[in-house]
Amino acid sequence: MKANEEQKSPVQRLLDKKNKNGFLGKGEKAIPVILFLMAAVSVVTTIGIVLTLIVETFTFFKQVPLAEFLTAKVWYPFSKTDASYGILPLFIGTLKITLIAALTAVPIGLAVAIYLSEYASEKVRKVMKPILEVLAGVPTIVYGFFALTFVTPILRAVFPSLEMFNAISPGVVVGMMIIPMIVSLSEDALSSVPDSVRQGALALGATKWEMTWRVAFPAALSGIIASIVLALSRAIGETMIVSIAGGSTPSASLDLTTSLQTMTSYIVQVSTGDVGFGTTIYYSIYAVGFTLFLFTLAMNILAQKISRRFREEY
Amino acid sequence: MGIVALKTKTKKINEQPLVERQTVYSTKNCNLWYGNHHALKNINLDMKEREVTAIIGPSGCGKSTYIKTLNRMVDLVPNVKTAGVIEYRGRNIFSKDFHVEELRTRVGMVFQKPNPFPKSIFENIAFGLRIHGIKNKQLIHETVEKSLRQAAIWDEVKDRLHESAYGLSGGQQQRLCIARSLALEPDVLLMDEPTSALDPVSTLKVEELIQELKEKYSIIIVTHNMQQASRISDKTAFFLNGEVVEYDDTYTIFNHPKDHRTEDYITGRFG
Repeated sequence: MKANEEQKSPVQRLLDKKNKNGFLGKGEKAIPVILFLMAAVSVVTTIGIVLTLIVETFTFFKQVPLAEFLTAKVWYPFSKTDASYGILPLFIGTLKITLIAALTAVPIGLAVAIYLSEYASEKVRKVMKPILEVLAGVPTIVYGFFALTFVTPILRAVFPSLEMFNAISPGVVVGMMIIPMIVSLSEDALSSVPDSVRQGALALGATKWEMTWRVAFPAALSGIIASIVLALSRAIGETMIVSIAGGSTPSASLDLTTSLQTMTSYIVQVSTGDVGFGTTIYYSIYAVGFTLFLFTLAMNILAQKISRRFREEY
Repeated sequence: MGIVALKTKTKKINEQPLVERQTVYSTKNCNLWYGNHHALKNINLDMKEREVTAIIGPSGCGKSTYIKTLNRMVDLVPNVKTAGVIEYRGRNIFSKDFHVEELRTRVGMVFQKPNPFPKSIFENIAFGLRIHGIKNKQLIHETVEKSLRQAAIWDEVKDRLHESAYGLSGGQQQRLCIARSLALEPDVLLMDEPTSALDPVSTLKVEELIQELKEKYSIIIVTHNMQQASRISDKTAFFLNGEVVEYDDTYTIFNHPKDHRTEDYITGRFG
């Protein structure tokens, strides 16, 4: 018996052992089931969130007509006598922040991505990428206080007419927050352009910048646009920075120097206040949340469409 | 395949040149190191215009390194160091006042694997003109057509000029890359194993193309295919371990090699 055992090849012995433990049979079958359950958790959660949003939003629209929500120009739910629920001021507040964030983050983010992928030496890349990743990991509340206690005073020293709460300071800081996202995704897109294509351009007498701008950048454009749209949808959903440094005055004015309120900061204001459960104000945060959800959903669909449209295959 | 079989296939070319051809590339004591690895050792070669010069040799012999040095694409490799002189039309390509972009504009290159840009067929050819500041639409259109015709691919692509170059077959892509180089009307065309990724039919087309192009251009081609070298080239250089073992008329190299290592290689005893 023992002699027989020794005659077997090592692989055969391993297989025998596995078979004896029933590993090849049971374990292999259980793994996909476990993995599926894990995947199901996230899907079920998403469905649950969307359902809650929809149900509570319907309750809100039973109390406030949809027409008022969409057309009224004032958002003033706290009035006892003359409450007004027009989404426009919150929408404009969000738009102002997003626009300033985009103006800050897109040029800087793309410049850094191009630098890291095309120009930086291996050494520089090894130092800069982790620093950027740390920047991405800073909690947004820290950014919020950075905006309020550092950026705002500097801006006010330069422009005295700027109010304590304004759109510029949180907008710029939201932009800084999304820079790492743009850099990281755009750099991935640029790095995946094959070197052979770059060499083709250089061999035609192109300078490094001509090669980067006319070959590598267009080839990576779909990934770059997707990164911008995804980063902007994060800017739209950003809450803490605008709650802390943007103020809480819903305003439909396009003035960037005055206090404002975004959709997210309104939700925070209501959630942290002592608004009673079941009141119209309570349901209004779901309506606002649902609007925000549609907004970012549209951005994500747009990102996918754009990246398909501009796809240059290699 | 023995030397006899090759002999019958090799025609005697340029036995008595009627006009003295000028030298395009003159390499003098060229050395190159990748870090500590001495990849090219004391290369001395003169190449004439409107000739096809083939560079043959086993893998790792330095033939690819050498051709990439001729247009300084080898600069892209980190830790590369060169010594010696390579003169292109009398100017040292390593000298500071010879811009590498100018050199590469005058010396086109076709790579081992077709590498079209992820753009339309038209834009692939127009790219070289655009980076050199040509904006005249008519001139660009004419040059695109002319280059595609020269590269014998016009008939295959004329109805789909604005489709992606990636929809072409490998052989078509390679001819597109040749057309891309021709658009700049280069003086020299460097080809680094241009047919090694192609099927036999496409290979034949590219070889025929090379025969036509040598009327106008000087061609330097690296190949690991000795039959190809004997079919298409006027001169052949045999590289081994970073050195030029023998450089002569292709007919002589394949029929009366002077060095026994050349004979061993072309008769298939190693490599």
